[in-house]
Amino acid sequence: MGSFTVTQERAECFYDCFERKAELQHQTHYCPGCGHGIVHKLLAQAIDELGIQDRTILISPVGCSVFAYYYFDVGNIQSAHGRAPAVATAVKRSRPESIVVSYQGDGDLAAIGTAEIVHAANRGEPITVIFVNNGIYGMTGGQMAPTTPLGKKSTTSPFGRNQWTEGFPVHVCELLNSLEAPVFIERVGLGTNKQIMNAAKVIKRAVENQVHGLGFSFVEVLSPCPTIWKLNPVEAQRFVRDEMAKTFGIANLRDHTKEAAMRPAAVPPPAIEEIPRILGLVNGHAEAPPTGRPDRALNLHIKVAGFGGQGVLLLGEVLAEAGLEAGYEVSWLPSYGPEMRSGTSNCHVRLSSDPIDSPMVSRPNVLLALNEPSLRKFLPAVEAGGIVLYNGEAFPEDCARRDVRGMALPFSHLADGMGESKAGNIIMLGALLEATGLLEEEQVIGALRRLVKSQRWFELDLKALECGREEVRKQPFPMAEDYLWGV
Amino acid sequence: MQAQLTKGNEAIVKAAVLAGCRAYYGYPITPASEIAEAAALYLPQVGGVFLQAESETASINMLYGGAAAGVRCMTASSGPGISLMQEGLSYIAGAELPCVVADIMRGGPGLGNIAPEQSDYNQIVKGGGHGCYHTLVLAPGSAQEMADFTTWAFDLADQYRNPVVVLADGYTGQMMEPVRFADPIAVPPPPEWAVRGTAQTRPNLVTSIFLEPDLLEKHIRKLEAKYHEAERREARAECWRTEDAEIVLVGYGIMGRVLKAVVGLARAQGIKVGLLRPLTLYPFPTAKLRELSRDARAFLVAELSTGQLLDDVRLTLEGRRPIEFFSRVGGNVPSAEEVLAFLVHTFASSLESQEVLVHG
Repeated sequence: MGSFTVTQERAECFYDCFERKAELQHQTHYCPGCGHGIVHKLLAQAIDELGIQDRTILISPVGCSVFAYYYFDVGNIQSAHGRAPAVATAVKRSRPESIVVSYQGDGDLAAIGTAEIVHAANRGEPITVIFVNNGIYGMTGGQMAPTTPLGKKSTTSPFGRNQWTEGFPVHVCELLNSLEAPVFIERVGLGTNKQIMNAAKVIKRAVENQVHGLGFSFVEVLSPCPTIWKLNPVEAQRFVRDEMAKTFGIANLRDHTKEAAMRPAAVPPPAIEEIPRILGLVNGHAEAPPTGRPDRALNLHIKVAGFGGQGVLLLGEVLAEAGLEAGYEVSWLPSYGPEMRSGTSNCHVRLSSDPIDSPMVSRPNVLLALNEPSLRKFLPAVEAGGIVLYNGEAFPEDCARRDVRGMALPFSHLADGMGESKAGNIIMLGALLEATGLLEEEQVIGALRRLVKSQRWFELDLKALECGREEVRKQPFPMAEDYLWGV
Repeated sequence: MQAQLTKGNEAIVKAAVLAGCRAYYGYPITPASEIAEAAALYLPQVGGVFLQAESETASINMLYGGAAAGVRCMTASSGPGISLMQEGLSYIAGAELPCVVADIMRGGPGLGNIAPEQSDYNQIVKGGGHGCYHTLVLAPGSAQEMADFTTWAFDLADQYRNPVVVLADGYTGQMMEPVRFADPIAVPPPPEWAVRGTAQTRPNLVTSIFLEPDLLEKHIRKLEAKYHEAERREARAECWRTEDAEIVLVGYGIMGRVLKAVVGLARAQGIKVGLLRPLTLYPFPTAKLRELSRDARAFLVAELSTGQLLDDVRLTLEGRRPIEFFSRVGGNVPSAEEVLAFLVHTFASSLESQEVLVHG
């Protein structure tokens, strides 16, 4: 025999000894002739050639390559079945300098993980996905894969894959090629040495794209599984060459690397001291915190109710916000519902001198009813002596109580008169404040300023407040100011 | 910082950002969507990541990735979404990754409705995923606690390398109350074990697979020891007027608030009632509950489920005292008066006669 030269050394980024493997630490767990060994080697060479061993994070899937971390001396994360693209997404988003490679088999990527791969690709996550397609579930012992060719028998397609019952093999590259974002999509094979040499180049490019900061790169590798296919390695390679390649086709489907837009650089994070301002915790309006307890004791259980769109929740919120500024304990609880038309809306508001036990208002001592159904629903629960404001000319004859202090005014009509029918809620608030002396004017205006974002609406609400007050001044209601205090 | 009227759901996000959370992965669902919305607003402004995932399955696996990369990260959802996350929670617990999940419970089973319930108790506290694991579970009952417990959750998650769930109901998520937020902290340095794509972290491996039975058993025993430590150190409960209580009410979240009102109403009628409100559901405040059972004559568990918390109270008291049960479900939250009426009715004869209560 003549002398020979070793041209392919063990890749640097493979461990010398597979210590994470419990036994036989100098050989892999892959079967003779398995494509994973070749794909591992091609990926390892790419990592070496690109000089990215320290930066690389390999996401291993569930399946035969679940133990990729036995061999690759890079950062390793093992993920749940099919979820590697989701895991890879988060790693890359938080560690953009890292080179993230999701290595997946066909059951993992094309069946259980279909949603994850499609959406990672659609978002154009700048990661590299190596998809090893051998048309079978290997590790679990030969069940049908989403990529099993038609007619092929497996333990779960014992009569051969039938298009009518099992569907056609899934062409993942073509599927992903329908999306806008991916930068690079290619299918390669391990059917001949020439194909393998090409696969080496393509895998390297798919990783290199990431090194260059380009987007989503995807390589599908048609790969042999001699053990489960029940073929010897040579026959298995022929099967890849003849059958798999025929079913799927070996081709570059997309190469947008030249025209791909560079991803915008991340905005540097703000100084820590800036964060409260960003979170709206320093708003400039409420710099003077309420000092001590308010002068007067209060224990209000307020129910605000009406149709959706009448400003029920805002009315309650203004009361709570102004109450907080006045130094009271407050709570606001909406009875929320689905976002649908014609819904009713109500909220529970508590203002109290003492800590609030339950934020729920079951026995209101103030009822603000913006429509008749709400009046009918909640009036019976009002505490004797409680205050009821009703949005109408008068209380319906069959719906009135002598033991409560009622005020009926057509707040919505008054709002129409102002040119904005939706301001009825704040007119009602103005009337309540005027009739009861609850809360100071500046507390309420401060609350409105914080809660009403539009200047036009803020000014309108100020007019509405005054309108409500004016109505009450015109015809005083039987609600002595002293009623509220100490209830 | 000054108290600010804040919705419970928003309080979670603000507190998370202040606690150094820099990644949020989630999928919208009522009544938790404000959490995703606030995260979408704030995280990009603080150099963090917000991503609306394709599903809750993807969200929780993104959390797995973010946590593996050493970032404080969180997600939030409600019943149906939490069900989808159970796979990921099992992996996260198995791989010992710290992260925070907020569950704003709604009505179930199935699509149920979006009104408040407390029926995710079992799937969260007992572990809805596969394997011998626990999530640590905190039970806030106010907007302030939504903030405080989120901060606490991040610390516990790091300390125990374990997922922590902030388990609240739709009302606690939706209601607004004044919240005083903590000062912001600098983003904590990534833990040593994290996989960050650096030379220093190259040897690191995050995994939950242990093929050899002996190795997996060793791993499970390690997790078990960690949970026992949490049981010894972290269980907390609020006791409200229990010093002289003959009847102790037990409830958490919005029911803890309602029961507080019940205590007031009952005492106004001369009935000596107190409240034990669990602040941690796992670990369960076993010691505190047993301590109260020395003097209390009976317990009344009230929850928005058909008896999930009830099981833990029964397991804890081991028949020491009679336990009555009040339940509303379907999105109904009882008024304090309703619970009081039940209490008075249930205990009427024994309250009059001062006899030892008999378990009904």
